[in-house]
Amino acid sequence: MIAELGHYALMLALGLALIQGSMPIIGTRSNDPVLMTMATPTALAQFAFVATAFGALAVCYVTSDFSVLNVYENSNSAMPLIYRLTSVWGNHEGSMMLWVFILALFGALLAAFGNNLPAKLKANALAVQAWIAAAFHLFILTTSNPFLRIVDAPNEGRDLNPILQDPGLAFHPPLLYLGYVGFSIAFSFAIAALLEGRIDAAWARFVRPWVLAAWMCLTLGIAGGSYWAYYELGWGGFWFWDPVENASLMPWLAGTALLHSAVVMEKRAALKVWTILLAILAFSLSLIGTFLVRSGVLTSVHAFAIDPRRGIFILAILVLFIGGALSLYAWRAPLLKQGGLFAPISREGALVLNNLFLTAACATVFVGTLYPLALEALTGEKISVGPPFFNETFAPLFVPLLLAMPFGPLLGWKRGDLLGAAQRLLAAAMLAAVAVAASFALQHGGPVLAPFGVGLAIFVMAGALVDIAERTMILRIPLGAAWRRAAGLPRSAWGTALAHFGIGVTLMGIVAVTAWSSERIAELKPGGIIDVARYRLTFDGLFSRTGPNYRDLVGHFTVRRTTGDLVGVMEPSRRSFPARNMATTEAALMTLGVSQLYVSLGDSNPDGSIPVRLYFKPQVLMIWLGALVMFAGGALSLSDRRLRIGAPRPAKAQPALEAAE
Amino acid sequence: MTRKRRRLLLIGGGVGVLAIALALMLNAFRDSIVFFNSPSDVAEKHIGPGTRIRLGGLVKAGSVVRSDNLKIRFEVTDGSRDIPVAYQGVLPDLFREGQGVVAEGMLDGSGVFKADSILAKHDETYMPKEVADALKKSGHWKDDYAQRAAMPTGGSKK
Repeated sequence: MIAELGHYALMLALGLALIQGSMPIIGTRSNDPVLMTMATPTALAQFAFVATAFGALAVCYVTSDFSVLNVYENSNSAMPLIYRLTSVWGNHEGSMMLWVFILALFGALLAAFGNNLPAKLKANALAVQAWIAAAFHLFILTTSNPFLRIVDAPNEGRDLNPILQDPGLAFHPPLLYLGYVGFSIAFSFAIAALLEGRIDAAWARFVRPWVLAAWMCLTLGIAGGSYWAYYELGWGGFWFWDPVENASLMPWLAGTALLHSAVVMEKRAALKVWTILLAILAFSLSLIGTFLVRSGVLTSVHAFAIDPRRGIFILAILVLFIGGALSLYAWRAPLLKQGGLFAPISREGALVLNNLFLTAACATVFVGTLYPLALEALTGEKISVGPPFFNETFAPLFVPLLLAMPFGPLLGWKRGDLLGAAQRLLAAAMLAAVAVAASFALQHGGPVLAPFGVGLAIFVMAGALVDIAERTMILRIPLGAAWRRAAGLPRSAWGTALAHFGIGVTLMGIVAVTAWSSERIAELKPGGIIDVARYRLTFDGLFSRTGPNYRDLVGHFTVRRTTGDLVGVMEPSRRSFPARNMATTEAALMTLGVSQLYVSLGDSNPDGSIPVRLYFKPQVLMIWLGALVMFAGGALSLSDRRLRIGAPRPAKAQPALEAAE
Repeated sequence: MTRKRRRLLLIGGGVGVLAIALALMLNAFRDSIVFFNSPSDVAEKHIGPGTRIRLGGLVKAGSVVRSDNLKIRFEVTDGSRDIPVAYQGVLPDLFREGQGVVAEGMLDGSGVFKADSILAKHDETYMPKEVADALKKSGHWKDDYAQRAAMPTGGSKK
């Protein structure tokens, strides 16, 4: 009954989306305010129905209703409640439900809180939002219906893929989708602006909070996914350049670029055409990411071959939306008026540089991810483009970007003083130089480039501090006065500095782990000893433990410093899930400051020995802490009053300033 | 500076950065692409020692021999031909006899494939996609692979 309710609610949501996608557009064409305002209630109602459908599916999962095929295939009544709930989106159908749920949520938020938007812009944007929703509702209903029943209901479900039975599943997909789908708002605004053929600085002001919120979620989602892969896969890697990861990185790069170009557009009414393009691209890349992950083209070609309808349907959505948006762009963008002028050395110029490098880096990831697919489709030749490709292309593009980053906020709008900015960054550069020298002195036998990486990270972090120091004039004026200046700084300034600082933190972690982590692999018998870095682990033996729906074979390790002090115990395990006859490696982690010890087990041998993989990962936690700092920076910026209120300034106030050529 | 010159500078910068990115990509493509081959491909294409490839197929049942220090030897088969593989290290969770495997490395002079990594594709279908395609090509694809593969994702079947 519940499942049928959900199914029915989803069909009604499709109907509402069709109304929401057509009436307001007709309204804007015929200047009919009634039709235009129809967008708001339909968006809210559509969300209510999608939420009902999603809730119905969740209820089926929580109550373990195995007469629903989707629940039977992906759940098991022995699983703890949290996994029964999260397995809603641990499979194709449910994850598409989460996608449309978040899409409808964003539409509803825009409808509810977009009261200060110009009526036409709001109506058009909500209509575009509804087109996307309608396409995906239709996709779910025709090819990925999660509400199908089984005639003879089995007593027990087939269990969730064990790798997904992890708290990571509770956070990672929803955050990622909040990011992906969040960019749909920017996309809808861009299309709305193109439909209207009119755009001004206020447009950027409306869009920025949405882009920022999506970017924050995506940042956290990617970082969370990376940490999850790090501890779950048992290899201790934090980033694999896997197509699925790249699928989330590409929208992040485009979104980061969009975030920065929207600032230029808001403050200086420049880069309009470019910003619109980025808004289209960011969401297009999100759609491509969805296609890569959801069509099955990557993970298993036979899933695609058995049921090609899904892949072809998503491909059709992709072509329709991306192709349509870009055609509309090519047709209408020339209508948009040119914006303010700026010298190459200026805040705008720095942001343009940021955009160039981010989009170029995004392009390399795009080519590296899709080239093997294209080659296979065209010639049948199978190749793999591994981490070396990305390291050789992505890193060289990011280094100049990061070197330039601290300069950006120190340059003035319109015309900047590069020499002055360099002088102000002198302290940061000196600190970085000291860090390079110190790491050279401390490292024995690491890569030559690593100390420079540390120097770059320090430069980025110190550069962010210099930005704040300059704005508060701390050390130059009395402390009290500086404090008052600090309190008066807009939160977005603090947010910028914090987010930039976070990049440095992440970079530091990446450099340290890549250059200086140590790895030991050995087969140990009880009593065996294994050393790594300054630590010595003693293998005390194996014991077994029973969980709700699995059995653990646990290795017990005692950790001591090489000096002999006891540090603690670590208990990695091999976890076997009888329902799927599958085993996973549960690594044990021990956090020491921001570094970690990492132990994972292989399959035990008949003679009682077990392969052990031991890593010392220096400063590894900084990778994800940096992402948290970036998130915090975004949050601070989002809480800025100017963004929150989003009051459109009269767009005409600018030209007086710009006339001076 | 006039508007035109500024725009030229902007476009020039953009083209410059893109050119750099393109150069980096072409350079990286030259030395970091690894081709996938099945055992039959290796024989047909006369892939010699020293060429880095990915070798994919099934772990031949009964061929796995473990020795000290995590050394392992096994044979990769596509039904028509077998190639012996030597590897040292911890094997991924999904490594099993009779299941699909992808090994990356190169052949040595004696015809043994020295793998430096055994792919841990955490694929719920047990079957790396390249392996599935290679098996289909060589005619050794069995339908139960497809069924096993389809079960966890499922959805459309009744």
